[in-house]
Amino acid sequence: MSAATPDITLTARNLSRHFGGRQVIHGISLELGRGEVLGLLGHNGAGKSTTLQMLTGCLLPNGAENNECSIEICGIDLLRHPAQAKARIGYLPEMPPLYRELNVDDYLIFAARLRGMKPAAVTEALAQTKQRCGLESVGKKIIGTLSKGYQQRVGIAQAIIHQPAVIVLDEPTVGLDPAQIREIRALIRELGDAHSVILSTHLLGEVESMCDRVEIMREGKLIYGGTIAAMAGHGGENGNFSLEDNYIRITEMEL
Amino acid sequence: MIRLLALRELRSLFSMPSTWFALAALQFILAWFFLAMLEAFLAVQPQLAQLANPPGVTSTVAAPLFNTAALLLMMLTPMFTMRLIAEERRNQTFSLLLSSPLAGWQIVLGKFFGLLGFLTLLVSGIPLMLYTLALGTALDHGLLLANVIGLLLLTASFVALGLYVSALTTQPAIAAVGTLATLVGLWLADIAAASAESPWHTLSPLHHFQSFNAGLLDSGDAAFFVLFSATFLLLAVRRIHNNRLYG
Repeated sequence: MSAATPDITLTARNLSRHFGGRQVIHGISLELGRGEVLGLLGHNGAGKSTTLQMLTGCLLPNGAENNECSIEICGIDLLRHPAQAKARIGYLPEMPPLYRELNVDDYLIFAARLRGMKPAAVTEALAQTKQRCGLESVGKKIIGTLSKGYQQRVGIAQAIIHQPAVIVLDEPTVGLDPAQIREIRALIRELGDAHSVILSTHLLGEVESMCDRVEIMREGKLIYGGTIAAMAGHGGENGNFSLEDNYIRITEMEL
Repeated sequence: MIRLLALRELRSLFSMPSTWFALAALQFILAWFFLAMLEAFLAVQPQLAQLANPPGVTSTVAAPLFNTAALLLMMLTPMFTMRLIAEERRNQTFSLLLSSPLAGWQIVLGKFFGLLGFLTLLVSGIPLMLYTLALGTALDHGLLLANVIGLLLLTASFVALGLYVSALTTQPAIAAVGTLATLVGLWLADIAAASAESPWHTLSPLHHFQSFNAGLLDSGDAAFFVLFSATFLLLAVRRIHNNRLYG
């Protein structure tokens, strides 16, 4: 373990990744503090999902063997000590990873135990998580029979049930109706108080309503990073650009 | 962790109707076969009694029954192994396992023991049926034990192969066809090879089952099953690691 301050929960340095001959991610570095919600913004195909897969250990970054890059979760090296580091991560992939034939309770208990929670602690965590995600009424239902919105909530529930330090959400509100989006946004804001959250999206409104800080990706590179306020004021001597204008200007700037 | 994964595998299996259907169908076929063999034995029993050293009920009924069960398992195992990893990939649940604090070997062994436990339950009806004969006659317990051990080892080798093939693809159907083709191919190559020294005999799991079927506990054959299973489990672990490397 390195002597990282406890307030930095996630540090990624120089991540790159190619699939075959195609370079998808070019040397990305990220840092995330406790109680912070970071939005990863970018067009489709900018490499957001690939980056999140690397941060959660689903995909190894290139050059991991010869120390060209590193990922640390709460000061624990994800590439050297994956088991310890991964117990501190909660991950919701693009498609929620649900066993459709199980019921909600069984599935969430499985997810909690999988992350190394003690059986005695699981019952309480289950009740608390279900209450947070509004799943109390569907505990005994089979996941495959739930609506898309509920399935998405179960997906978020499995990512937070073990109280991870870092929560990684890949497009958490995709496919939900406006009322559900509002609930999920409130939930993510609430999670951001005690945990670190990193989420990817291509919706600006999402970032504006949930995130403290934003990183914009384009073609596998981070091209802009700053707080929401800084982004709104980006390049604004004349000061009358909207957030959306600034986003378009940033992503379409010549590299 | 391995136990947790194995139990999850079992829970998922038992929540699907097709599992219960397979259980019932296999039980029905085996019971039918058992009764047919028993009837044939009872018909020839008077003639057998005139022989100097007549074969008993265990070797005329139990041994063929176990042999049939072995062939049926060869057809049936791919239907179960196909889901193991291919379906997890397709449903994206595999990323839940990959992002959890689990090593590749834990994932593989959890799935292996989960399915092996289920298939053990699937074939446990056979010795139970045979032991009903103990009400009327003496049974050869050694022969039964050798068959049970042999069948378990054989099942383990089928599951290991199926697990590896399932780890190669995202399509469960391809995993099923691939496993079935490999198993049937090995079996056909074995029975088609005329010469006793043909290398095909050493490669075929069903060939190594024959000595167990005859009541022999051959350590060479047992070693083959252990090596065969271990090889494919190791290959599956490798494949999962490559999953992280190449996406």
